[in-house]
Amino acid sequence: MTSIADQPPKPVVDDRRWSAERVLVHVILLAFVVLALGPIFVVIINSLKTTPAIFGGPFALPTAETFSLDGYVRVFTRGNFIANYSNSLIVTVSAVALTVVFSTLAAYALVEYRLTALVPILTGLFLIGVMLPIRLGTIPIIKIMVAWGIMDTLLALILVYTAMSIPLAVTLMMTYFRTVPTELKEAARMDGANEWQTFLIALPLVRPGLAAVATVTMLPIWNDLWFPLILAPGKANQTVTLGVQQFVGQFLNDYPALLAALTLGAVPLVLLFTVFSRQFISGLSQGYSK
Amino acid sequence: MTRPATARWSLLLFVLPALAVYVMFAVAPLVSSVVMSFFNTDRTLGSVFVGFENYIYLFTEPVVSARFWNALVNNIKYFAIHVLVEVPIGLLMAALLTSGALRRSEGVYRTILFIPATLSVVIVGFIWRLIINPLWGVVGFPLLGNQMTALPTISLMGVWQYVGIPMIFLYSALLAVPNDLVEASRLDGASPWRTFWDIKFPLIVPQFGLIVILTFIWTFNGFDLVFALNGSAPGPNYSTDILGTYFYRTFFGSSGQVADLDLGATVATVIFTIMLLVTALYFWLVQRRLRAHTV
Repeated sequence: MTSIADQPPKPVVDDRRWSAERVLVHVILLAFVVLALGPIFVVIINSLKTTPAIFGGPFALPTAETFSLDGYVRVFTRGNFIANYSNSLIVTVSAVALTVVFSTLAAYALVEYRLTALVPILTGLFLIGVMLPIRLGTIPIIKIMVAWGIMDTLLALILVYTAMSIPLAVTLMMTYFRTVPTELKEAARMDGANEWQTFLIALPLVRPGLAAVATVTMLPIWNDLWFPLILAPGKANQTVTLGVQQFVGQFLNDYPALLAALTLGAVPLVLLFTVFSRQFISGLSQGYSK
Repeated sequence: MTRPATARWSLLLFVLPALAVYVMFAVAPLVSSVVMSFFNTDRTLGSVFVGFENYIYLFTEPVVSARFWNALVNNIKYFAIHVLVEVPIGLLMAALLTSGALRRSEGVYRTILFIPATLSVVIVGFIWRLIINPLWGVVGFPLLGNQMTALPTISLMGVWQYVGIPMIFLYSALLAVPNDLVEASRLDGASPWRTFWDIKFPLIVPQFGLIVILTFIWTFNGFDLVFALNGSAPGPNYSTDILGTYFYRTFFGSSGQVADLDLGATVATVIFTIMLLVTALYFWLVQRRLRAHTV
């Protein structure tokens, strides 16, 4: 298993001086950084300005006269922001938690009992799911939700997102469980541990995998627009992504409020990603590499 | 070793929760979409088997089929722009990050360049609409209002957002290239450019192929960015309509179009078949040959 963390040191340029090559690499990468962050920066600085200042100089920093937090105030008074946030939080945390628990159990068994007849079929079924476009099953999903009476509820979203995330999570967790030494599990069984206790002994060794699964599954759930639009469009059940989308439609003339809403919608995930980027990156690259 | 009987029971119990949710809300709906596409639901008669009637309607009814082919062609363009712009830029970023010229800054660049991919499409769409607004933005031309430029413009917004994904894939692949090969090439006096194309790139071709096919699946599954910018009947004059928005209109309905669940299931099945055929063809023809070469 190759994770970002345990790579051997790369060969580095011999001299510590700034060679022309190193300068060029930094210049190109810095240009990409400006392209990546510039547009986000424009939104954030404008969200802190008054409306005339936005149109007067959209790329200027807020000054003492143009600085204003009115947009943020209006988002919280006119929008549904608090409710949207808590909906997104409930959906994302529940779906990620269910995904982590279910896929850890499944991945452990698919690695541990790999000599059992059904395992190749089950593993294949999960593997196919990594590429399966679950959105194409939307119509039957609507029918199920209607039949169960959970249309336009957060539960509908949680169930679909868990199903959507499980294949990648199982595949990813299997790569981590393969690194758990067999001796450890055999020793546990010799000491009289049953299968469940043996699983619990192996669990601490795959902790990095749990973090990778959690970060990789979180992002597409929080940012999804399709299923909130179709399965939970009611005002009480809107997630942040859908809420911001509706807000954009309703407050088209209130630019400070719009920009504030956009900033608030982006902040949590950008922060989380920055903190957990290492886990995220190893999760993303390993989950699909099978 | 675990006894076979114990193993079988334990396997079942451990796998069951994940399998149940996954089958119920992902596998079964896809399968039943395919089944639905062969039925017609009528208020009085209920569901009636109609064979390929829905498909015939989809491909022969003048307006419905014209819109479908338009969405398919647009989706191919949408994919092509992503592959031709996003994947090469991601490769360039990954190559620079692993060139050996960076030290502590490598992780910082990697994280920053991925940040746009963590934003929601609603935010990305709005940011760019603001920047390219013809009234005060950086270009004085209505890029989104012109039939020729609207689709490329939206595609490039998608590229801006998701370029971090091919970057991370190819970056991880490049990290796994053995150091001694790179070192040997360097000692032979090869330039970094030659070392990359002669040594590193051939070793990551399988991952390069994988990201191309994943980009295909993701773009053919696309919907969010187009919907966030242009709604469910994406103009001007359907020039930014892709399969995702077309599918949404058939089952959800829109102004001038009645919602039709059976036709929606038919469209879903057609999209699914296209994805399946292309992916299967790719894995059989290309990826197998690549593996044989690199092993």
